[in-house]
Amino acid sequence: MYVYQDYDRQLLTERVAQFRDQTRRFLAGELTDEEFLPLRLQNGLYIQRYAPMLRVSVPYGMLNSTQLRTLGHIARHWDKGYGHVSTRQNVQFNWPALEDVPDILAKLAEVEMHAIQTSGNCIRNVTTDEFAGIDAAEIEDPRPWCEIIRQWATFNPEFAYLPRKFKIAVNAVPAKDPALIGVHDIGVQIVHREGETGFAILAGGGLGRTPMIGEVIGEFVAWPHLLSYLEAILRVYNKYGNRDNKYKARIKTLVKALGVEKFRELTEAEFAEMKDGPMTLTAEEVERMRGFFSEPPYDTKATDQPTALTDALGSNKAFNRWYHTNVRAHRQPGYAAVTLTLKKTGRAPGDITDDEFDAVADLADQYSFGEARTTHQQNMVLGDVRQDQLFSLWQALDALGFATPNFKLLTDIVACPGGDFCSLANAKSIPIAEAIQRHFDDMDYLHDLGELDLNISGCMNACGHHHIGHIGILGVDKKGREYYQITLGGRGDKVTQIGEKLGPSFDTDDVVPVIARLIDLYVEQRRPDELFIDTYERIGIEPFKERAYASNN
Amino acid sequence: MPAIIKDGAIIEDGWVRLTAEQIEQDGLPADGDLIVPLSVWKSQREAIAARSGRTTVCLAPGDEPAEIADDLAGLPLVAVYFPAFRDGRGYSYARELRTRYHYEGEIRAVGDVLRDQLFYMQRVGFNAFQIRADRDIHDALQGLKVFSVTYQGDVKDPRPIYRRR
Repeated sequence: MYVYQDYDRQLLTERVAQFRDQTRRFLAGELTDEEFLPLRLQNGLYIQRYAPMLRVSVPYGMLNSTQLRTLGHIARHWDKGYGHVSTRQNVQFNWPALEDVPDILAKLAEVEMHAIQTSGNCIRNVTTDEFAGIDAAEIEDPRPWCEIIRQWATFNPEFAYLPRKFKIAVNAVPAKDPALIGVHDIGVQIVHREGETGFAILAGGGLGRTPMIGEVIGEFVAWPHLLSYLEAILRVYNKYGNRDNKYKARIKTLVKALGVEKFRELTEAEFAEMKDGPMTLTAEEVERMRGFFSEPPYDTKATDQPTALTDALGSNKAFNRWYHTNVRAHRQPGYAAVTLTLKKTGRAPGDITDDEFDAVADLADQYSFGEARTTHQQNMVLGDVRQDQLFSLWQALDALGFATPNFKLLTDIVACPGGDFCSLANAKSIPIAEAIQRHFDDMDYLHDLGELDLNISGCMNACGHHHIGHIGILGVDKKGREYYQITLGGRGDKVTQIGEKLGPSFDTDDVVPVIARLIDLYVEQRRPDELFIDTYERIGIEPFKERAYASNN
Repeated sequence: MPAIIKDGAIIEDGWVRLTAEQIEQDGLPADGDLIVPLSVWKSQREAIAARSGRTTVCLAPGDEPAEIADDLAGLPLVAVYFPAFRDGRGYSYARELRTRYHYEGEIRAVGDVLRDQLFYMQRVGFNAFQIRADRDIHDALQGLKVFSVTYQGDVKDPRPIYRRR
C-alpha cells in the first residue's frame, strides 16, 4: 500500500483545518448554502434525505487493518453503528452530524484517510480491479499508476470546478475489463509494447442517463507521458464541456458532440505542448511508487491445493460450495483471494457494522498481511490468504455472516442506497434487493443458475450500475409512484456492455415475479454450460420480452 | 477607489470594468483605465486606440484566449470574468495565458470571486482578485494561504512534487 510521507500528512492536516473553518463559517452564516455546497461536496459531504452523508475515499479500494478499525470507530461514535461500501469502492456513512464532520476528518487523517474529492464536479477517486496484484493475467500491477494519478488529481487547481463529476479507472488485464474502464470518463488500459509500459486511453464512457462506452483517444501513450495526456483531456473538457445542462455536462456528451476525431485533435494539441515538459514522469518516481506495492512476504514453501484444503473440501459441503464461489486463484502459488460477500439476505447490499469493520481488520491481520480491499460490487476481499488457512478463515467468516456463498450469483446484488437514504432517488433499491434475495433463497438452485449479475439503481444517476447488470433494474417515478424498468444483457464482466430495455416498467409488486419468469425462461432455454448472459446473447431479447409481459395483459 | 488583492496585498485600484451593454448604451468613456469585454475589444479597435486612458480586455467563459494572443505584449492586465464561482473555465484560461502565451502581466479574477477559490486561482496564474463587493476583502486574503503542500506543478513552480524532492 502507498505509505504517506510527511508532506502527504501535512496536506491532510491543512485540509482538515480548512474544512473546519469552512464549516464554522457556514454555521455562522458567513457562507451561503450555495457557496458551501461545492466545498462540502469536494469533501464528500452530501445533505441527504434524513441527515448528511459522508463519503470516505478508499483509493483504488485498498485498506489496511488500522484504517478498517478507524472506520469501525467512526460508525460507532458518529453514525448509527454501520457504514456502506459503495460501487466506487468508497465507504459511506449515512448519519453523521454536520458539525461533527471536521472531527471525523481529523480522525481519518490520523490513519492517512480523507474524503477529498469523493463528490462534486471534480476528479473523483481513482479505481481499479479489486484483484490488482493478485490476478495472474494482469500485465503489471495497476496500483502504482493509480496512486500517481491520485496525487495528480488531488487538489489539482485547474480542475476543481469542472462541468460535472469526473471518474478515472485503470485496468491491467488484457481483453477483460474488471475495472469497468469502458464506462468511465477516462479509462486507462495498461499495455506493453516492445517491453515498454504504456497506456491506451479511452474517454467519454459513462453510465447515468445516457450510457456510453468510451472511445480510444490515445492509442499508445508511453508511460512518462501519462499525466500530461490526462491533463490534456481534462483541459479540453474543462474548456468545452457543456455547463448549461447537467444532463449533458459529462465528457461523454462532449466527445459525442465534437466527434472522436475532433476531440482527439484538441487533446493532441494540448498534449503536444506539455509533452516532455515538467509533468513528465521520471523512472525514479515510478519505481518509488512500485515499491509501495511490492509483494507481501509470502510463504514461498506454500503450495497449491495443500492437504489441509483438499481434506476440508472433501468433508465439508458448505465449505466446498463457498470455496467454489468466493475463493479465487492467486498468482502466488499456495495463496488465494477470498471475497467476503456483504450480501446476506436482510442486509442492505454493501452495509457493514462497526463491529464487523473490527472483525474484518482482525481477519486481515491474521490471514492476509493486514490488508483488505473494497470492491465495486460492494463486497470486500482478503487478497492474500494461504490456502491451508482457507478452512479456518471460512469458519470465522461463516460465524460473522460474511461467508454467504453467493459471490457473483443472482443474490450477490449490487444496489445503490436508493430512496431509503438518497434524496436524488426516484425509488427504493434496498427493499427490491431484499425481496429478490428472499425469493431466491435456495442455495442449490442459485448455484445451479450460476453467475448472474443483477444491479439495481434507484434513479438515472445509475450508482447501482444497472446498465451493466446482466439483469438491470432501474427505479423510476411515475406520478409519485415507484416503478421499475428492467434491462437485459448489460455486462461488466469480461467486456463492458450497456443493457437493453425490456419494455414498459413494472409495479413494485411485479418485480420479483417478472425476475422469476426471466430466470425460468433461461433455465428452459439454456444449453449445457451456458450462463444467463450466454443464453440471452444467443436467443436475444424477444423471448424474454414475451415471457416477462405474458401475464401482464 | 475600490480595493483589490494584488500579489498578496490589498491595494487601491482604478480600473473600471464595463459590460458590452453599458458600452453600447453610453459609448466608450474617453478617459480612465477601462476593462472591456472581448466582443468590444475586437469590434472597436479604433475607438479604443483613440481613448486617452488605458484599455484592456476581459475574457468571459466561452471566449478563446487565442483571440488576444497577439495583443498580450501590450497589455498591462487581462481580466477573467467568473459569472458564477462554480464555472471553472477561467482557470484554464489563466493557465493558458501563462503557459502557452507566456503572459507576464497581471491576470485579474473578476465577478463571483470568493475566498475559498483563491488558493486554486493563484496556482493557475491569477495574481489579482477583485473580491465580490459584498464580501470582506481582508477576510478573503486568508484564502491565499490554505496549503503549504501541493502535488502538482503550477505557474509559480512548474515542477510536480516528484521533481521537487
